[in-house]
Amino acid sequence: MAATEIGLWGVPLAILAGAIRVSTPFIFVSLGEAITERSGRINLGLEGTLVFGAMIAYAIAYLTGSPWLGVLAAMASGAVFGLFHGWICKFPKVNDIAIGIAMMQFGLGMAFFFGKAFIQPVAPHLPAIGFGWWSSVPQVRAALDVNVLFLVGIALAIALYWAFRNTRIGLVIRVVGDSSDAARAMGLNPDAVRLLATAAGGALAAAGGAYLSLYYPGSWTEGISSGQGLMAVALVIFARWNPLGCLAAAILFGGAGALGPALQSVGVTGGYYLFYAAPYVLTLVIMIVTSSPGRAVAGAPGELSITR
Amino acid sequence: MAHQRNKAIGVETVGMTMRFGSFTALDDVSVRVQAGSFHALLGENGAGKSTLVKCMMGFYHPTDGQIMVNDREVAIASPRDAAVLGLGMVYQHFTLVPSLTGAENLVISREKVPAVIDWAKERKALAAFMETMPFRLPLDVPVRELSAGEKQKLEIVRQLYLGRHFLVLDEPTSVLTPAEAREVLGLVREMTERGELTVLMISHKFHEVTAFADEVTVLRRGKMTGTGKTKDLDHRVLAAMMIGDQPIAALGTRALQPDDAQTVLRIDALEAVDRTGLKPIRIDGLSVRAGEIVGIAGISGNGQKEFFEILAGQRAREAGEVFVKGTPYAATRAEARALNVRAIPEEPLANACAPRMSVAENLSFRSFDIGADGKPVTWVGASAMNAFAARLAEQFKVKTASLASPISALSGGNVQRAVLARELTGDVDLLIVSNPCFGLDFSAVAEIRARIMRARNNGAAVLLLSEDLDELLELSDRILVMSDGALVYETPIADADVQTIGQHMAGHH
Repeated sequence: MAATEIGLWGVPLAILAGAIRVSTPFIFVSLGEAITERSGRINLGLEGTLVFGAMIAYAIAYLTGSPWLGVLAAMASGAVFGLFHGWICKFPKVNDIAIGIAMMQFGLGMAFFFGKAFIQPVAPHLPAIGFGWWSSVPQVRAALDVNVLFLVGIALAIALYWAFRNTRIGLVIRVVGDSSDAARAMGLNPDAVRLLATAAGGALAAAGGAYLSLYYPGSWTEGISSGQGLMAVALVIFARWNPLGCLAAAILFGGAGALGPALQSVGVTGGYYLFYAAPYVLTLVIMIVTSSPGRAVAGAPGELSITR
Repeated sequence: MAHQRNKAIGVETVGMTMRFGSFTALDDVSVRVQAGSFHALLGENGAGKSTLVKCMMGFYHPTDGQIMVNDREVAIASPRDAAVLGLGMVYQHFTLVPSLTGAENLVISREKVPAVIDWAKERKALAAFMETMPFRLPLDVPVRELSAGEKQKLEIVRQLYLGRHFLVLDEPTSVLTPAEAREVLGLVREMTERGELTVLMISHKFHEVTAFADEVTVLRRGKMTGTGKTKDLDHRVLAAMMIGDQPIAALGTRALQPDDAQTVLRIDALEAVDRTGLKPIRIDGLSVRAGEIVGIAGISGNGQKEFFEILAGQRAREAGEVFVKGTPYAATRAEARALNVRAIPEEPLANACAPRMSVAENLSFRSFDIGADGKPVTWVGASAMNAFAARLAEQFKVKTASLASPISALSGGNVQRAVLARELTGDVDLLIVSNPCFGLDFSAVAEIRARIMRARNNGAAVLLLSEDLDELLELSDRILVMSDGALVYETPIADADVQTIGQHMAGHH
């Protein structure tokens, strides 16, 4: 077995590789959700958007031969999902959480319906950049094969962090998310801003889906997502709506997700299924630790329906 | 923007009339606010003050009448038009965005904001602008961390930053300490004297109007009932203009408290955390005796709300004991009933009523499940409930179309009367009240205060938490000040000094 050559070093290496590989969809979905939630709306439908994006990306990549066209098509479809969610939510007395759950089921159903034909064919994959050229150890080389979307995700997190402070659009999103009244007093239209923020969030979530079908695991199946879209919502709260926090939390979750396979590869066989559950346990623990009956969440956008 | 002098704008309304359907909210009102003056607009709730200013600001389109700005007739179709003319408004509730810093709030509210904000340049411009302002403000901390006074100043600074030189201030001091109120109004007044600004202040505090305004206009039920120089009008005349000749409930004399009055409420080393989970609440050694009103003063957000919630059983405590008549008290329904404890929270519609249930049902919350013999009942009798509710509504003058209509359909004053009726009926040994008169008009306020005083005179121990210092001074036998979650100062009413209390409220102790 190859892993035994580098012994127990294989575990942290596998966790690192896993963190990079598994975290990418988390990064995109949580950054998208961060934009949406910062504007004062919550979109639980991103799980459906993610799976639909995965299907569209795979189908377009297969039909055109270009994985990047697949990603763009996925983002466009995600934006449409977001616009639909945002459009429904602008009506009075509509609950964004209930709509989100409906949109999630809608997205899954649509993806399975249109995706049947693409389960068999093989689509081209997204490229990766090898950062392991300096090492002669194949495991290190494999671990440092970093996919391009991961790098885009890091750049995006930094850009969003900067944009929320230094651009007009960033400030407008924060204003709308914190106080609809203040926004209206400034002549802004909160519904329009939230509509666009939800569309942007949907586009990013679908890009996360494209990663699933075009890089890792790298094929379109109906069981392609293991709840990344939903967990990313919890992650945004954990990250206190901060894009850099989202990035760190996504990598942490990715690492936790890689724990099970890594232990399995060095021969730990007893109870490794428990370690597969690590990200879910982590979600639960984080939700418990960060919640309390007696106080409000610090840093939460004031208009968010879950914190109001 | 560097030079602010002689930019004050004069505004005049001529024959302003506003009808909503058959209801006339504003009836032929002509007000002249001279450039560089400090003009007060007095009136009760519903007198038409906000309708008038909303017409000026372009939120409403008046049914009839004109607006003149600097003696020229103008059309104001939207708030944007008003802004272009240099008219601005500071709302009663802050419209600053809490999570943004002061600088971010100022820049983003500008008409034209560049797509990418050059903070180095903006900061320089802001510093230069602030040089011309009499206010000193930290612009780099999130607004939520500012005190109420600082927020109010920032609201005013923002209007000036946006180039507005006619400002409507809507009850600007309602959330400020007396010292903060004096400072803010004083500085604003100096700006009007220098001709940089014209101010139209909505208020119902007479002492503020006489101390700071040059001129005053009084509205009642949509009509102008008086106007003139403040120096020619005393409080009695103003009150008559404001409320007409309707009778006002007298407070009632303060019955002498017997020396051996029993201690009803005692609180030992009570500890809890506030809503943010960050600041501790610590109340120790507070006791209230039968037949006295103990007032708790404090600026909103210093833990009074949480303190009330603990006493009402809505919030868990971490340590400490509450005793009522010597018995440990955890605010269960059985304990409250056995010990005759009643509570009236602030915003009673949200906190003490089921808004969509009927007036009769809401009036019966304390009593519906016990029969005449004091034992629990299995079947709730609708007719008995209605008869009981009808009696209470009659006694406490709750005005409602029907006892079967939802309580949310009632006006604020009538909701408060209904809750008061429920809580003050039967034996009351301990009454805990929070901001009972917030947002109510003159006559309702007088009546509710008289009821609380009567409960005291009948031997109830009353704990009154209020953000209105005038109310506390009027009702209390003793005043305590709450600041940062603790009681920091105590004074008997005879020695109470607004200045000293205000300093403790502001955290200087």
